Amino acid sequence: MSSGRLRWRKFVSNFMLAMTGVCAFVSVLVLFFILGYLVFNGGTSINWDFFTKLPKPVGESGGGMANAIVGSGKILLLASLMGVPIGFLGGIYLAEFTGKGMASVVRYAADLLNGVPSIVIGIFAYSLVVLPFKHFSAYAGAFALGIMMIPITLRSTEEFLKSVPRMLREGAMALGASKWKTIASVIVPAAYRGILTAILLALARVAGETAPLLFTAFGNRFESHGWSQPTATLPVMIYTYAVSPYDDWHRQAWAAGLVLLGLVLIINILARTILSRGFAVPRS
Amino acid sequence: MQASAKPEFSVNIVTNLTTPTSRETAAALPLRMTISKVNFFYGPKQILFDISMGIADKKVTALIGPSGCGKSTLLRTLNRMHETVNTSRLEGEILLDGQNILAQDVTALRRRIGMVFQRPNPFPKSIFDNVAYGLRINGYKGSLADTVEKSLRHAALWDEVKDHLHKSAYELSGGQQQRLCIARALAVEPEVLLMDEPCSALDPISTAKIEELMVELKNLTTIVIVTHNMQQAARVSDFTAFLLMGQIIEFSPTPHLFTTPSDPRTEAYITGRFG
Amino acid sequence: MATTTTALKGAGPVQGSRSFFLKLRDGDEIARLITLIFATTVVLITAALVWELWVNSALPRQKFGFHFFVTSVWDPIMEQYGALPFIYGTMVTSAVALVIAVPLGIGAAIFLAELAPPRVSDTLQFFIDLLAAVPSVIYGLLGVFIIVPVMRTVIYPALNKPFGYLPIFKGPSYGVGFMTAGIVLAIMVIPYIISVSREVLLSVPRDQREAALALGSTRWESTWKVVVPFAKTGIMGSIFLALARALGETMAVTMVIGNTPKIAASLFAPGYSIAAVIANEFTEATGDLYLQSLIALGLVLFLLTFILNGLARLLIVVTTQKGSEVGG
Repeated sequence: MSSGRLRWRKFVSNFMLAMTGVCAFVSVLVLFFILGYLVFNGGTSINWDFFTKLPKPVGESGGGMANAIVGSGKILLLASLMGVPIGFLGGIYLAEFTGKGMASVVRYAADLLNGVPSIVIGIFAYSLVVLPFKHFSAYAGAFALGIMMIPITLRSTEEFLKSVPRMLREGAMALGASKWKTIASVIVPAAYRGILTAILLALARVAGETAPLLFTAFGNRFESHGWSQPTATLPVMIYTYAVSPYDDWHRQAWAAGLVLLGLVLIINILARTILSRGFAVPRS
Repeated sequence: MQASAKPEFSVNIVTNLTTPTSRETAAALPLRMTISKVNFFYGPKQILFDISMGIADKKVTALIGPSGCGKSTLLRTLNRMHETVNTSRLEGEILLDGQNILAQDVTALRRRIGMVFQRPNPFPKSIFDNVAYGLRINGYKGSLADTVEKSLRHAALWDEVKDHLHKSAYELSGGQQQRLCIARALAVEPEVLLMDEPCSALDPISTAKIEELMVELKNLTTIVIVTHNMQQAARVSDFTAFLLMGQIIEFSPTPHLFTTPSDPRTEAYITGRFG
Repeated sequence: MATTTTALKGAGPVQGSRSFFLKLRDGDEIARLITLIFATTVVLITAALVWELWVNSALPRQKFGFHFFVTSVWDPIMEQYGALPFIYGTMVTSAVALVIAVPLGIGAAIFLAELAPPRVSDTLQFFIDLLAAVPSVIYGLLGVFIIVPVMRTVIYPALNKPFGYLPIFKGPSYGVGFMTAGIVLAIMVIPYIISVSREVLLSVPRDQREAALALGSTRWESTWKVVVPFAKTGIMGSIFLALARALGETMAVTMVIGNTPKIAASLFAPGYSIAAVIANEFTEATGDLYLQSLIALGLVLFLLTFILNGLARLLIVVTTQKGSEVGG
């Protein structure tokens, strides 16, 4: 066992460990690179017009994405109204009311749904909500995004409710509270932070989704009134503008990308900091 | 009360405790390791206070004491395993064959001082590959098969596994896994073998087997064992050190410590009044 | 967590339908029913999804049968639809993505789990979690405006000049193509590999590493030869997870793959993936056969990700359990 060999082994050890550090920093650097590029390319195009004006006709420069911003807002709102109650109440069922059998079926279904590629969810929403009514609409888009919010909300609600200490639970019941009163007044409030975080994370995830909207909400060069018209959304606009041949549209795509990413990251950071004052962060 | 015990044999420790008792002229036993004035800290908290003792060559030295007294911590300093925790801090000297282990290369040192852990922890490999691991990383040029067999025989496991060397180590029972870990440690021919409560996770029969082993193993290598089982210490060791709250209270040849302990605290512990 | 509610009900058990209405007056039972309905909705939605995919892809299944998977012709005009170019494209881009992402991801995970002090590890993990949250259309933007030009000006010459004789590096490059898509996908799936592998590595019992060190291993040897093999199954799980993500990825791929339904050996050639063709042609599809062929592709994608995700989950659970079991 020579000392030359030992020196080599130690060299290899230090080298390889240094390489792993490189891997880690490169991976993280990508995030800052993306942010940097977006700020650099899109920052200058963000102005009042961007938020308030409608898109100009093809070929004309200027205009904004007001309709897309409003459209995204509408669809996300509706998606939450659909997905969150299902996930939340379903999660309560799993945590509080059920035995083994039904619980594993529901959990399995939720996990399955979570893993479905978003474009396939788009196909599903299309066949259920677009085809029968023969037109694209905001609620078709909301339906698709709502479905995507369900699994995260469901599993997180279940996890956080279950993690409420038994003592809290038993304390309320010992005072004669019925089960649903216990849940509503003690357990849910105890777990609200985690559940809220999960909802925010789910929202952030679907806010950036493009594929399921391509053939549900579709898109619109103008404002869409009500819920049953094709609706412009921020992610779809980014896509459309980015693959177009017009420089001005490219510029706007960067700006929109910055706005979208900013929104998604802020929600994420918010959610995770709320949570870190409580429990561990769930992985999406 | 003195912080360190008076050993009953003369030692070449670089401290102030070298007086042999007048009761016998102690022959100077060769020491494999010497620990002198070791103080150990985890961050601001001190765990070991002014530890000095000698580890006699080719003998079994036991460290006993109640939970939390620092015996495992002391054991782990002997192969610098404490360095895996970055808040740990060691003051003092630990010599192996007269050379300070803290000044040497730690990887080379750990080949010379082996360790067996509290719970059997074989690698996720075959029985053969577990024993051969140490040999392979050190670039052993001889016959792996022969050395593996030799180590397994020393660990009294060969007959049970000789036809199954390529099976996963996890298929063995707890006692067998621990003997495998002993064989694995022996394969690189360590000068000292550290054993940290090696039988605490095992059933009585496996424990007995390993205790038998220890008595034979000391012909091969010096052994230092931490145990919370006093009867075990009395059965297998030649020298015993009793630790309490990070200090050595007493350190003597085993028969002496267990029959006529010098310190009332030692007596209280071994008669079961606490711990 | 089922608890009996009989203790809280006022009346004793009553037989027959009267009991149902009596039960309804009890708030607990209502709550149970309501939440049950919502939970069942989840199952129904999932079942409906599979059902719709199956039913709405009937035409191509009837017309082409198994040939659908092995035909490489995709011709809406002649009404010939074959899935092969898209399956090929999906596989190739995912393979390129894994070749890049797996070494980088595992390396980073090793750093985070074994080397970095806990605060550094957690901070970096935080950023990596944010990376996973970046919308795919943003990666598409990066892909179109940064990676495509870099591919044309830097990567292609670097690989094509010395290695152009190899089939995978032959031919011209327009910047878009399998490799570009693979690179973008790699960036997208690295966070998944890192997160899961890091957790799995952290769950390896300490004394595995210590035993290796005690035998005189260097830190790298103890990590690479003992800790990583111990966590092997879980790391495989993370790779399956990443693969499932890569397969379903739509926007970023469709923006940089070149959208050409052809099978080509060269990584620089333009191609198509299942998700990309659905995204591009769904709204233009004329006629039922066309549309249903696209839906059939969606079904294929669904099945692939379904299997991979299931396997991944299994592998990850098995590893984290193993960590707490080993040691007799």
